[in-house]
Amino acid sequence: MKVLTEWLREYLPGIPVDDHKLAEDLTLRGIAVDGVFDLGAGKGSLLEMDITTNRVDAMNHYGIAREASAIYGLALPPLDTSVPRSAATQESSTRSPYPVRIDAPDLCGRFTARVLRQVTIKPSTGLRAERFAGLEQKLISNAVDATNYVWIAMGQPTHVFDLDKLEGGIVVRRAHKGEKLRTLDGVERTLDADDLVVADEKKALALAGVMGGWNSMITAETKNVVVEAAWFDPAGIRGTSRRHGLHTDASHRFERGADFNAAPVASALVSRMLLADGGETDGDLVDVVIAEAAARTAHRAPIRLEVSEVRRILGTTIEAKGITTSVVESVLTALGCLLVLRSEGVYDVTLPSWRLDLEREIDLIEEIARVYGYNRFANTLPTFDGTVVELPWARQEEKVRSTLLALGWNEALSSTFASATDAVTFAPQPASAVAMGNPLSEAAGMLRPSLVPGMLTMLGSNLNRNVEDVRLFEMGTVFRGTTDHVDERPALAIGASGLTAAEGPHQPPRPLDFYDVKGSIEELFSRFSGRSIYFDKFKPEFHLMPVWLHPGRSARVVMDRSTIGYFGQLHPAEAQVRKLKQTVFVGEIYLDRLYRQPLRQPVTRELSRFQAVRRDFSLIFPNAVRWSELEDALMGLGIEELVDLAPKEIFRDRKEEKAEYSLLLGTVFQSPERTLREEEVQNYSERILKSMGQLGGRLRS
Amino acid sequence: MDHLVDEFCVDNFSEDALERSFARLEEMLRTEFARIKTDEDRERFRLRWVGRKTGGLTRLSAQLAGGRPELKRVSGKLFNTLKQRFQEHYHLWELNPFSPYALAREAIDITLPGTRTLLGAEHPIIRTMNEIVAVFQRMGYSVGIGPEVETDYYNFESLNFPPNHPARDTQDTLVVANQERRPLRDRLLMRTHTSPVQIRTMERQPPPVRIVIPGKVHRNDASDATHSPIFHQVEGLCVGENVTFSDLKGTLDHAMKEFFGAAVKTRFFPSFFPFTEPSADVQISCIFCGGKGCRKCKHSGWIELLGCGMVDPSVFGFVQQKQPDYDPRKISGFAFGMGVERIAMMKYGVSDIGQFYSGDMRFFKQFGSGGRLA
Repeated sequence: MKVLTEWLREYLPGIPVDDHKLAEDLTLRGIAVDGVFDLGAGKGSLLEMDITTNRVDAMNHYGIAREASAIYGLALPPLDTSVPRSAATQESSTRSPYPVRIDAPDLCGRFTARVLRQVTIKPSTGLRAERFAGLEQKLISNAVDATNYVWIAMGQPTHVFDLDKLEGGIVVRRAHKGEKLRTLDGVERTLDADDLVVADEKKALALAGVMGGWNSMITAETKNVVVEAAWFDPAGIRGTSRRHGLHTDASHRFERGADFNAAPVASALVSRMLLADGGETDGDLVDVVIAEAAARTAHRAPIRLEVSEVRRILGTTIEAKGITTSVVESVLTALGCLLVLRSEGVYDVTLPSWRLDLEREIDLIEEIARVYGYNRFANTLPTFDGTVVELPWARQEEKVRSTLLALGWNEALSSTFASATDAVTFAPQPASAVAMGNPLSEAAGMLRPSLVPGMLTMLGSNLNRNVEDVRLFEMGTVFRGTTDHVDERPALAIGASGLTAAEGPHQPPRPLDFYDVKGSIEELFSRFSGRSIYFDKFKPEFHLMPVWLHPGRSARVVMDRSTIGYFGQLHPAEAQVRKLKQTVFVGEIYLDRLYRQPLRQPVTRELSRFQAVRRDFSLIFPNAVRWSELEDALMGLGIEELVDLAPKEIFRDRKEEKAEYSLLLGTVFQSPERTLREEEVQNYSERILKSMGQLGGRLRS
Repeated sequence: MDHLVDEFCVDNFSEDALERSFARLEEMLRTEFARIKTDEDRERFRLRWVGRKTGGLTRLSAQLAGGRPELKRVSGKLFNTLKQRFQEHYHLWELNPFSPYALAREAIDITLPGTRTLLGAEHPIIRTMNEIVAVFQRMGYSVGIGPEVETDYYNFESLNFPPNHPARDTQDTLVVANQERRPLRDRLLMRTHTSPVQIRTMERQPPPVRIVIPGKVHRNDASDATHSPIFHQVEGLCVGENVTFSDLKGTLDHAMKEFFGAAVKTRFFPSFFPFTEPSADVQISCIFCGGKGCRKCKHSGWIELLGCGMVDPSVFGFVQQKQPDYDPRKISGFAFGMGVERIAMMKYGVSDIGQFYSGDMRFFKQFGSGGRLA
């Protein structure tokens, strides 16, 4: 909202500071000024305001002048509401007043109407035109400009009807369902039974409190007018405004709670301005007041304020005397409250009609703090005798993150949403993804059931930018369930492509492969205390592996019989869909399951003092024999002294399509109690060779 | 040449004398060899013994050539042996694996870059969020989290955003599909702030409470350089007996000094949040110019950083439905919240918020290892 300081100073002539200081003082008291623009000599400044939504009373010049009066301890002069009465009006005081009926007293609490005759519709000039120019407010005609001028001046929206377009008096009623009304913006609107309209006896004239109607608008030919100033129920206006997508200056004010007592004032101000260009009043102001609405607003019961409560909430001030009764009284009185002392330190406070946001003692406490000045309070620290607890899985989460970072994976964050197609492809369970009601975009139509699609998007955008060495992980929430119940779980995604991480001219770079990714996962899982961990895969015909993984180059991770995740090379078909030419590795780990495992607690063993014996076996196996089978067989031999075994070299001749591969198996034997004898080692070797033979292996000649 | 002073001169009047002389020369060879420490020593050694013009053995060879013919067979043999000893010693130097010569041959260009095993980069948002959380943990706050999909009740109603209230307009909400037929309070939406965790925490435990809440939130906002529909907040809540507005001020002033440095100042001014009253916005003195005014603080000397306030009694009223101990006449508290992206953008000079969600390796690498050394 824009405000002219010259206008403020008209309402409060004694402001003792310049415009910049005024702006700062207002801002520090919650009437935020975002910018001060000098308008040139003698014209003051334009203030760009950012008034919080609760302070509708300060969304106008007079309201801001009131704030300034509280800050500087000045009295704010009242507005001049006198209206020149015509001779005819004085004579006809016995004549029946202009008919106004409120048929919807729950939605319209007050309605004033004043008839002006023989007015002259013409362009605005003078002060009004100058101020509008300063505010960049469009000039339309003196009648319309007067209504705009008045809400900018003191906040109350008003409306002027062409009296000669009205049939009978004014009726404020609910619209008929399906009733049509062409509003001032030229749009033909179909109304709802919850919309409030200002109507005559025959037809709707205006969308009450939101926008006037086309048919009764002021034109150059208009001679006689009715000035409307009313109070409408905030919730009703808000409903209509939202239903019709019509947010206007009027609706903005009514839906935040207008001043119940402002209608007659605004009516007088508009009428005076219009009459200055000619014409006369016809009859007195018609003012229909709904008593229940007045009781809810202008005549609210006083609220009780205890100074001790003010101190309990606000605490210590820098000045030793703190918040005194005189501070309380002067602040609240300046804001328009009426204070009656009931007993020592206890007041009954009558609230001003323009501050519907004030309802409770705490609201008054806030006003006292605000006007006293927040920065005049001390910086103190609260005492605390509770306990400090961490999230149960905080250490596991930290360990996952630090391990991956140490292994060279970069942390990323991606969208919380996924496309419907991706939700189908990547959801761990079919039909478990949850749809959004108002998605940000079509590609964000679902809550992500998996972190993998987001990871693939990030991989893809790197590769498209020719950033080819990518190692990313994301830790985030995945969602599944129904639109009635959404289940959230923490998950981890990894994604990689390109060359291995080590950088420098001294070692040839090498393309990242499945085993690099598996190695990272093994390292990660080694930090947890699960008793068993293995990697396996299902045969493609079982359809149990995720469809987005290459069936021959992917694995399931199982820890203590629980599936913890899947990873591997992206399925070439999915890679093609995403136009990824490079080999890409992805995986997802179900962190909720991983976090059930405590972190590994190192336990040491006595180190053997006796020499270890190494034996390597150069073996040849049929292609179908997998390492896990060899490992299981070797462990199954039950040789306690076999303390380590590992595949040291593997050679597969892919070009010649050989049916066999060679394997260099490394073993280490050691006893904690004695030096092993040659015959013992020989015996172990024979048992190993026999066992390998049973699996189809043989020693390389 | 004066034979009397040339150490390489031998007595060649008899076989015995020759042998003694050569034994002396061999001893001399060994002694001199043992003194060699550097390549230069070794070169001097070579020149002294076998240098083309100055070499002792050259002179000796000339002396022997002019000696008695009957001794030439013996002297020649002795001379060759000595020369061979020299060669052996000379090359022995090269063969010594610890000799500077041998070690020099193993020298490498130490100015080439090292082979760096690159660490991954922590995400700047997660890093900033964890740093903020750590400040409050040191001040005695426990960590709390909550769901990203919330009910209308926890996200709005219990935080004193009544149905149809204009305050809801300030937080455009992403909603889950098919909620229209459910009661308003049960409708599911993406939480627009981390504040629901305040309510959930108080419902679970009686006062006192000190909790810091990091998390991801969503709003139905258009993206631009400084706005993202996905962002993160850190929120805090402190509730107990005699918790005051000045405690709120002191707590945040202390936390900002911990996070940004002891020189940072804070100032508070009134704001509006439905769930706090009084409410405040907090500015810190500009961390770039120290408050003098610069481009980063729009020449104001201040940077707006967080929102806060005293917990509104009606929020305690909602909580009391499950935890009656939150009696607003007896207990009080404060809450505060800040946007992590904003702080991270300021701290790391990021101009486009979208970079945080781009997955762009080039962006992340700036936060990780592998950078050029200054």
